[in-house]
Amino acid sequence: MHNKLGWLRLPLYGVLVFLYLPISVLIFMSFNASDAPFTWTGFSTKWYSVLFDSPDILEGFKNTLIVAVITTIISIVLGTLLAIGLARYQKSSSLEAIALTPAIFPDLALAIGLLALFTSLHLTLGLHSVIISHALFCMAFVTAIVRGRLAQIDSSLEEAAQDLGDTAIGTFFRVTLPSIKPAIIAGGLLAFTLSLDEFVIAFFTNGPSSPTLPIVIYSMVRFGVSPEINALATVVLLISALIVTIAQRNVKVQDQL
Amino acid sequence: MALAVKSEGRDAIKRRALLSRTLFLVPGLTYITAFMLIPLGFIIAYTFLSRGTYGGIEFIFTFENYTRALDSLYIGVLIKSIFIAAAATVLAFLIGFPVAYAITKLPTNRQNIMLVLIVLPFWTNFLIRTYAWIVLLNTQGFLNKGLINMGVISQPLELLYKPSAIVLGLLYAYIPLMILPIYSALVRIDPAMKEAAINLGATPAQAFRQVTLPLALPGVLVGAIFVFVPSVGNFIVPELLGGGKTVMVGNLIRDQFLKARDWPFGSVLALSMVIMLLVLFFIQARVNRRVLGDARA
Repeated sequence: MHNKLGWLRLPLYGVLVFLYLPISVLIFMSFNASDAPFTWTGFSTKWYSVLFDSPDILEGFKNTLIVAVITTIISIVLGTLLAIGLARYQKSSSLEAIALTPAIFPDLALAIGLLALFTSLHLTLGLHSVIISHALFCMAFVTAIVRGRLAQIDSSLEEAAQDLGDTAIGTFFRVTLPSIKPAIIAGGLLAFTLSLDEFVIAFFTNGPSSPTLPIVIYSMVRFGVSPEINALATVVLLISALIVTIAQRNVKVQDQL
Repeated sequence: MALAVKSEGRDAIKRRALLSRTLFLVPGLTYITAFMLIPLGFIIAYTFLSRGTYGGIEFIFTFENYTRALDSLYIGVLIKSIFIAAAATVLAFLIGFPVAYAITKLPTNRQNIMLVLIVLPFWTNFLIRTYAWIVLLNTQGFLNKGLINMGVISQPLELLYKPSAIVLGLLYAYIPLMILPIYSALVRIDPAMKEAAINLGATPAQAFRQVTLPLALPGVLVGAIFVFVPSVGNFIVPELLGGGKTVMVGNLIRDQFLKARDWPFGSVLALSMVIMLLVLFFIQARVNRRVLGDARA
């Protein structure tokens, strides 16, 4: 079977090397004992313990978790409702396009639009404004994934329940929800990772007193390479990779786009 | 009597359908209206207003922001940004197409593993993925040390802080977004179409060029949009890998909002990005319709 690939093996494995080489070098260097970022002197996990002593990083991590958890809850509720509405009650390609736009809209344009809105409302910027902003595009990802799942499952069960006199809410909880649960879990996990790692929108819509972790990372990487960032980067990469891998078990990759 | 019951029933069903529709659609659509469409309206409105003395805006109508954007300095930045983003997009296609094609040749279970491996880095932290290239390409970095140790070079190469490093960073960041839609388009192609072409006397190369490639075109265009749009508005990669020497339109927009505090001018630049996105989607939709129409005919 494999022989069929022929020369195509080159791009296939080449792209994997391309994608994973920089990350691997970064992870490798995070275990370097040396203070000098590029000279390998021996194995050490000391940079990981440094992370736990840094109040900036811990504060950033706490803020990011608060934002990501609340964003995920809002995204799941709004995104699932919207997906069901689009799949079952109002089939409209233009509404569907509007619902998915926040996911593909340039993040910088979303960021300055939200900043303009919040400023004109005289809203103090802080974690709450980041949450409002993150929920906007995270919701679109939940909508896309749940909508994809709904397109695959038969709507006749839901129709039967309604014909038998069940209310819309009853049908939702007894019939629809159980069948789309894997998609909701996957969408929620992806929303969580997206929010966890999002920088541009957080950078514009956050106040100065409560930086999220990506904002802390940004202020660190601007000043070049350090072993401490390598350790922090490794932890952050592994958290996202773990969550996304769990999400992939619930839906096919193709459904995400 | 029977008629009355029937019409009452129909009304009840109508009312219930309306209620469900409202219940499911209104919260999400209201949210999108409030936090995307209205902010977009703000940006459009700002492009016609004047900058405030201390940032923000003043309600004085003007076209000056548009005429200023036509200054050769800013047109130059825009062209450079388009050029860099286009280079990343073309490279992503040249590498991504064979990769996507190769994946379709794998057994189904391995196809899924491969897709997960390709998309996984995309879901991790963007700043960190960009930073990883500094670790790799720095003059004292991994690659230069390796090449010196192997005796390939004697002096470290300056690989960072030039436009090519920006293209590389953008390619790295967004190539999964090229591979996935091309893969989706390729797996949907009915193998019978290609067989028919070969039965009619086409060589495999001709069948590929005249059947596979045109049918994959909508996927390629989606991929191109997904790579080009975030590339052209990116300000992190130019800053970290370009060393701030190459200014792209994203850097300019950020600076207008956070440093120069010229929101109206920043809005004009941001609007140009949004218009680029809309134009690209319009082209994609047209090609999509034509290809699907051809396939059906």
